[in-house]
Amino acid sequence: MNENRNPVELFEEKAKAVSAVVSKVASMREAVAYALDVCDKKQACQLLVSGCSEPLSEKGQALCETKQQKVIAAPGLSPEFFADLEGSARERGILCIEKGMRDHLGGVDIGFTLADFGIAETGTLVINSNSEELRLATMIAEFHVAVLPQSKIRETSRDLEAELAALTSVQPSYTAFVTGASRTADIERVLALGVHGPLELHILLLED
Amino acid sequence: MQQAKNLKEYRAELREALGDEFLRQAMDKFARFYPGARARAFAGMDVDGLIREIAEAKDKAAARMDELYEQFKAKAEAAGVKVHLARTAREANEIIAAIAKENGVKYVVKSKSMTAEEIHLNDHLEAEGYEVTETDLGEWIIQLRGEGPTHMVMPAIHLSRYQVADLFSEVTKQKQEVDIEKLVKVARRELRPRYIEADMGVSGANMAVVETGAIGIVTNEGNARLVTTLPRVHVALMGLDKLTPTLAEGLRVLRVLPRNATGQAISSYVTWINGRNECAASPDGKKIMHIVFLDNGRSALARDPLFSQVLRCVRCGACANVCPVYRLVGGHRYGHIYIGAIGLILTYFFHGRDKAKNLVQNCINCGACKVVCAAGIDLPTLIKEIHARILDEEGHSAPSTLLAAVLKNRKLFHSLLRTAKLAQKPVASGGYIRHLPMLLAKDQGFRALPAIAAKPFRDLWPRIRPEVKSPRYRVGLFSGCVQDFVYPEQCVAAVNVVAGKGAALDFPMDQSCCGLPVVMMGEIAAARDVAKQNIRALDPGKYDYILTLCASCASHLKHGYLKLLGDDPAWAVKVRQFADKVIDFSSFVHDVLKLTPEDFRKDGGSVTYHAPCHLCRGLGVKDAPRDLMRDAGLDYKPSEEEEVCCGFGGTFSMKFPELSAELLAKKLAHAEATGAQTLVTDCPGCVMQLRGGLEKKGSSMRVKHMAEILAQQIK
Repeated sequence: MNENRNPVELFEEKAKAVSAVVSKVASMREAVAYALDVCDKKQACQLLVSGCSEPLSEKGQALCETKQQKVIAAPGLSPEFFADLEGSARERGILCIEKGMRDHLGGVDIGFTLADFGIAETGTLVINSNSEELRLATMIAEFHVAVLPQSKIRETSRDLEAELAALTSVQPSYTAFVTGASRTADIERVLALGVHGPLELHILLLED
Repeated sequence: MQQAKNLKEYRAELREALGDEFLRQAMDKFARFYPGARARAFAGMDVDGLIREIAEAKDKAAARMDELYEQFKAKAEAAGVKVHLARTAREANEIIAAIAKENGVKYVVKSKSMTAEEIHLNDHLEAEGYEVTETDLGEWIIQLRGEGPTHMVMPAIHLSRYQVADLFSEVTKQKQEVDIEKLVKVARRELRPRYIEADMGVSGANMAVVETGAIGIVTNEGNARLVTTLPRVHVALMGLDKLTPTLAEGLRVLRVLPRNATGQAISSYVTWINGRNECAASPDGKKIMHIVFLDNGRSALARDPLFSQVLRCVRCGACANVCPVYRLVGGHRYGHIYIGAIGLILTYFFHGRDKAKNLVQNCINCGACKVVCAAGIDLPTLIKEIHARILDEEGHSAPSTLLAAVLKNRKLFHSLLRTAKLAQKPVASGGYIRHLPMLLAKDQGFRALPAIAAKPFRDLWPRIRPEVKSPRYRVGLFSGCVQDFVYPEQCVAAVNVVAGKGAALDFPMDQSCCGLPVVMMGEIAAARDVAKQNIRALDPGKYDYILTLCASCASHLKHGYLKLLGDDPAWAVKVRQFADKVIDFSSFVHDVLKLTPEDFRKDGGSVTYHAPCHLCRGLGVKDAPRDLMRDAGLDYKPSEEEEVCCGFGGTFSMKFPELSAELLAKKLAHAEATGAQTLVTDCPGCVMQLRGGLEKKGSSMRVKHMAEILAQQIK
């Protein structure tokens, strides 16, 4: 069905179909700027994480109150890009962290990570999540911004079998396929995004 | 959960479910949505090929389950994981409770696991003093309500947003708005602290990949990711059937599972975990990880020649999605823990005869589940087989034994039918029985039942038998009992259509009922006897085709007989020859005789169609009848859900009249909505149901067998 389709285009189409926000970026610097921008614009007038404005139990409310400022979690970046991101974030009053995710389990605004591969036919990111910090950043972030080098996109999971076998054979390892935002349809089959994980998934297709 | 002690109590539960307006609407909406969503998800893919490959690979894996377990255990334990094998549900519960104890656990969070439901893990852990929280939204909702799931993938599909808002108001002690988006956010915030405080996470798994030692978990919400990451202990629980030799096989299951379950190309998350991963909450910085494999009868199943195929199941829930009975009554009444067609079967093996004995009777045998099964499991046949086994274990009921005895003796059966004709005289008029004797009338008021014909077809045959000079085909006609004794005019019509076109018909008098009713009653021995009688009567060596106008008979003669006699060395060859020659009326006229528009008159009026289950799925005949109606000068107006069961199901409609009536009402509403004058179908059983329903309603719509409408149109 997808014969002769450019895998990058197919990936974009399929990821968008499951509510991911997809953009192309020319450099990591541009990707960093994108993440900052999204963080800035997100809920401009409040620091709350999603759901904290709802009537909650005391326990639920207490966790909400642990979040004091906007946070970008960016584990796994090269020191150069992390320094770049942290510098710009500080200017805007945003805390930027690369470790210590367990101190921010109430929620962080942005999780900014790299993806290892893309599967075009389903719009799926493959992310080596062996690092607990990275794993948590992709789970507790309100918005997950992932950078995927375009050269790492394959058409189907079959075209990626050797790479997947290599990733998942490592002991220990934690490999994640991520397709769109966290979703549920458990109440009346109505689709709702962001039930436990990110409310939004932004994919930046990096030219490389 | 099955609490009913007998069929009477079970039927009372079914009636209660039928009265649940919200449930009915929710299930209906999903049933209409699903077929299109599934088709779109598989567009351009070779679905049948994929299903065949999965079936084959899973069969092979089941055959070497013990070996795969040992290999996986060695691989995973090399990475510091402790792998356990629980022979029984109790053992699994004890193993998991012991893990909790040795690690000083207090709080447990769980992601969705049908295997944990199977063993009632929560009950066990709670009794041992642990606080357990389900984190899948649907599972959390039903846990708070103290219920079991009603669907394998959508456990709370039976509940409304109002019920959830009330429930969450109670949990948070705050008034919650009836707004799904907001309720989901409330769950997000309420569950987050649970993950944080939990010492142990329990997950299921969709596969355990032997060559890598990794487990694979499929979720949409992402809760399994938190469950397997935050707490210091992770226990993954799964059946031995989840052992998958290679990653490639696992990826193949992944291509089908989400598409078949919900029409998604893939779920939001697929998580592959191998070994003790980084975990800051654990004393040595690495996750304490245990994998518990549950046997609970699976290794015995793997050795069973017939039932080993149930181990192919990937738990997608598609068999429930398309089941017309599930759609009416929901999962609490159509399963015990496991739901849908596979649930009826698994209940017998995992939870025992008592829980299964009523359930297995509630299959209308429409075959919808078999067609969509991700692993090609012959679900309807297995359900019937379990019904038969339960009868053998518990003793056959008097009516069932009687029916079996009668059907085995053709002369007795036919003379009883002739006597019945005389007995009905005072109550029959206009072709219907007007006042049913009390014994038969119970709950059958939703349709008028036909009277037995004045003369059966077998008595008409010698007079109408056509002489065909130099015939193109020698054809043995199998009437089935309904057309022989109730609707002989349908057979007469068929003779009129076929005879002038070069087919020499023969009607051997020793033929009897096809035997499907006794299969439905679980009387397999009688079914075999009757099959042999019919093969003797219609010796396949004598004919080019064995023609029948009854879709149910055709499907049973073609596929059912092979299952009954295919392994019997004395019959294997004959039954195969016989089955090869069986053909349904529409296919015979359209594909063999190749009648064209020139053979028919024009302007025959408007028709719509009901596709009999045993024709469209049982025999895979879809185009021939529809092409024929168009060729025969009829204005064919397709109706909605044309291939959904009409609710007849033979003895099913006598046993569960309340369900049969609902299915019939839906079917007739769709047919009438087309505005067609006539409803055409290909099976006398369906004619009986549809005509009876329309007569009762006082509708002006007519029902005709394909043979009758073609006889009216043929030049």
